[in-house]
Amino acid sequence: MEIDTKKLEEIIGKYGKCKSTVIPILQDIQEEYNWLPEEVFEIVAQELGIPLMDVYGVATFYRTFSLKPRGKHIITVCLGTACHVRGGQRITETISRELGINPGETTEDLKFTLETVNCLGCCAIGPIVVVDGEYYGGMTSQKVASLLKKTRGGKRE
Amino acid sequence: MAKLNSTKELDNLRNDLIAQWDENKPSVAICAGTGCAAFGARLVVDAFKHEINQRGLESKIGVLVTGCQGYCERGVIVVIKPEGIFYQKVKPDDVAEIIETTLQKKDIIDRLLYKDSETGKSIIYEKDIPFYKYQRRIIFGNNSKISPVNIHDYLRIGGYSALSKVLNGMKPDEVIEIVKKSGLRGRGGGGFPTGRKWESCRKADGDVKYVIVNADEGDPGAYMDRSLLEGNPHSVLEGLIIGAYAIGSHEGYIYVRQEYPLAVKHFIRALEQAREYGLLGEDILGSEFGFDVKVARGGGAFVCGESTALMASIEGMPGEPRAKHVHTVDVGLREKPTTLNNVETWANIPLIINKGWEWYTKIGTENSKGTKIFSLVGKVNNTGLVEIPMGISLREIVYNIGGGIKEGKKLKAVQTGGPSGGCVPERLIDTPVDFDKLTEVGSMMGSGGMIVMDEDNCMVDIARYFVGFLKDESCGKCTPCREGLWQMHAILTDICEGKGKEEDIEVLEDLAWTMENGCLCQLGTTAANPLLTTLKYFKEEYDAHIKEKKCPAGVCKALIQFSIDKEKCTGCGLCLLKCSVKAISGEKNEVHDIDTEKCIKCGICYDICRFDAVIKK
Ligand SMILES: Cc1cc2nc3c(=O)[nH]c(=O)nc-3n(C[C@H](O)[C@H](O)[C@H](O)COP(=O)(O)O)c2cc1C
Ligand code: FES
Repeated sequence: MEIDTKKLEEIIGKYGKCKSTVIPILQDIQEEYNWLPEEVFEIVAQELGIPLMDVYGVATFYRTFSLKPRGKHIITVCLGTACHVRGGQRITETISRELGINPGETTEDLKFTLETVNCLGCCAIGPIVVVDGEYYGGMTSQKVASLLKKTRGGKRE
Repeated sequence: MAKLNSTKELDNLRNDLIAQWDENKPSVAICAGTGCAAFGARLVVDAFKHEINQRGLESKIGVLVTGCQGYCERGVIVVIKPEGIFYQKVKPDDVAEIIETTLQKKDIIDRLLYKDSETGKSIIYEKDIPFYKYQRRIIFGNNSKISPVNIHDYLRIGGYSALSKVLNGMKPDEVIEIVKKSGLRGRGGGGFPTGRKWESCRKADGDVKYVIVNADEGDPGAYMDRSLLEGNPHSVLEGLIIGAYAIGSHEGYIYVRQEYPLAVKHFIRALEQAREYGLLGEDILGSEFGFDVKVARGGGAFVCGESTALMASIEGMPGEPRAKHVHTVDVGLREKPTTLNNVETWANIPLIINKGWEWYTKIGTENSKGTKIFSLVGKVNNTGLVEIPMGISLREIVYNIGGGIKEGKKLKAVQTGGPSGGCVPERLIDTPVDFDKLTEVGSMMGSGGMIVMDEDNCMVDIARYFVGFLKDESCGKCTPCREGLWQMHAILTDICEGKGKEEDIEVLEDLAWTMENGCLCQLGTTAANPLLTTLKYFKEEYDAHIKEKKCPAGVCKALIQFSIDKEKCTGCGLCLLKCSVKAISGEKNEVHDIDTEKCIKCGICYDICRFDAVIKK
């Protein structure tokens, strides 16, 4: 993948070059690309003067980081306890079935990524589904089906 | 904003702000916390601004956009001041009417009022609503009075007066003494006495010391810390500055969960405003004390809520805990003495300083002082954030504040303490909520998750849920935790799928013992608690799964079947239409049938049938 090295340098410059800045740097890079292409690890390691293994260790330890490309629309289903007791798992299964992918996967056309999360801090109105940063509470299998339809059509409630 | 050079200047500013404030001016306080935001609070705010502008009422009606007010279930919440009229489930379309009828004509709109669940009567004022009436909101209550992004609001209601008091001649040791006497214990789960922690850190050797706010809020199902940071960030910051002064620290951190972008935004805003006023930086309020704070965003790892893992994460490493024979108050972040406290713990500090430890110790029980904020969620009617004095019973919380169980179902258990806690069964519902009493029944206070479960929740499934959660979140350093959770999860999954064996229970108990005794951090040592409490209180459910291959609550898919009640089915055809695998057949207006071979047990037919004709057994 083509990496915009100037952009990377800008991000690194913002945090400074030391070991403890590796997490925020990777977070910002991910914000830029939606995932972490392999090429950035080498650059970050070199710039910060730390072993490649350390960068890779951090990137694989934290759930935040995705080492695979993610889709245009990110769908996140909460599986925190409050959402679980109100049927979050079933919502996940419905979306999985509709999109034909498992949690953690992306559709082949790179349109949708399905992710799960352990609590979004919206527990009172669970089960929660987040589509591209918008929160939807009180989800049911039915509501989620129409939400997907809307997202597909590019429109949202 | 000009830098304030003395506590006197701060007092003057506050007095000006109070003088300019007209308490009787009609205004609306719109909740835009995360819950209400999901219900469209932004649109309601925009509608109010637009309508007020259209009518040229900008100078007559105030608009206050607040953080979470707690009663998230009823969002969007709008409170009309000064009367305190409480409108719930407000939509943008209601806004014009609210302005004309209530703000201008002083009439009530009955449709938007809360209806008492027992009598059906409308309740007009916020203070009379049961959800609020039984709470004691000394920490969380300020959320509804201020805009979280405006430091002036916080100053006006007395913000930073505790800091002012401290810097106006109190010695660090005096501050620590007050916190010790207040009996404040950590709100992050462990319940360690805060004053003692501060004292040890103050006494530790070294010039450089750190203070940290733990805002990782990993307990799934809890969001108190999020709402405090989003709704009243300055209260946490003020506590932190006071703590830094007492301990002798000049550099602080806040470690915020990655899933909380708005909390990060509001806290950063608070930091900027505090810096401009000289409440952070060099020579705070003209004293010789200097202090500043940096923000670290978490990476979505539960274990990073643990103190040593959190510090490793700030240092840019994977969040693996280390052994704690040397305490973090002596050797913490970057090997310097460090004090880590939870968001809510820090938010208690200004209150204790302002009102005194004598006042504070009057709230709560002998060993648990003050209030605790809980996230009351799950199968309860009124869900939201509740702040209660320590010592009231679970029953009072679930029934008086929570308004009982949804749809008239039967309460089964209350889960507290998150993945380290346990399930308190219905028969122990009179257990008082304090650190010791909850531990006695096998659960724990935890950070504030309180998940109510009813007869439709399967306790084996709940145990499997928590074990699965921890299996995914274990950092993998200790073998008993990494492998033990994996095995435990496999066994529990078997039980849920009808493949359980009677000897499984013994193996589970063995694993639990090994983990309790063989893990470094509390993620591992407490990981078996949800399993052990469900085994202790709900053994019969395990037996039903293992011996009879049945899930009494109807949750475990492999053990249930869907069928159609021939008496009740009207042949409306809705289920047939919605079934995604075409497992349902039947002519219009005739009894339908489910093909159990094809059925994937998604349950949609059960949910949508209007005649209760789908049987789940
Ligand atoms: C696995 C694990 C996760 C934890 N997560 C949190 C958390 O999310 N928030 C928190 O404040 N404390 C958490 N703690 C407790 C902290 O280690 C620490 O005790 C606490 O932040 C100290 O602050 P306090 O004394 O004010 O409670 C966790 C502990 C463990 C073992
Ligand atoms: S459990 Fe789903 S938002 Fe908290």
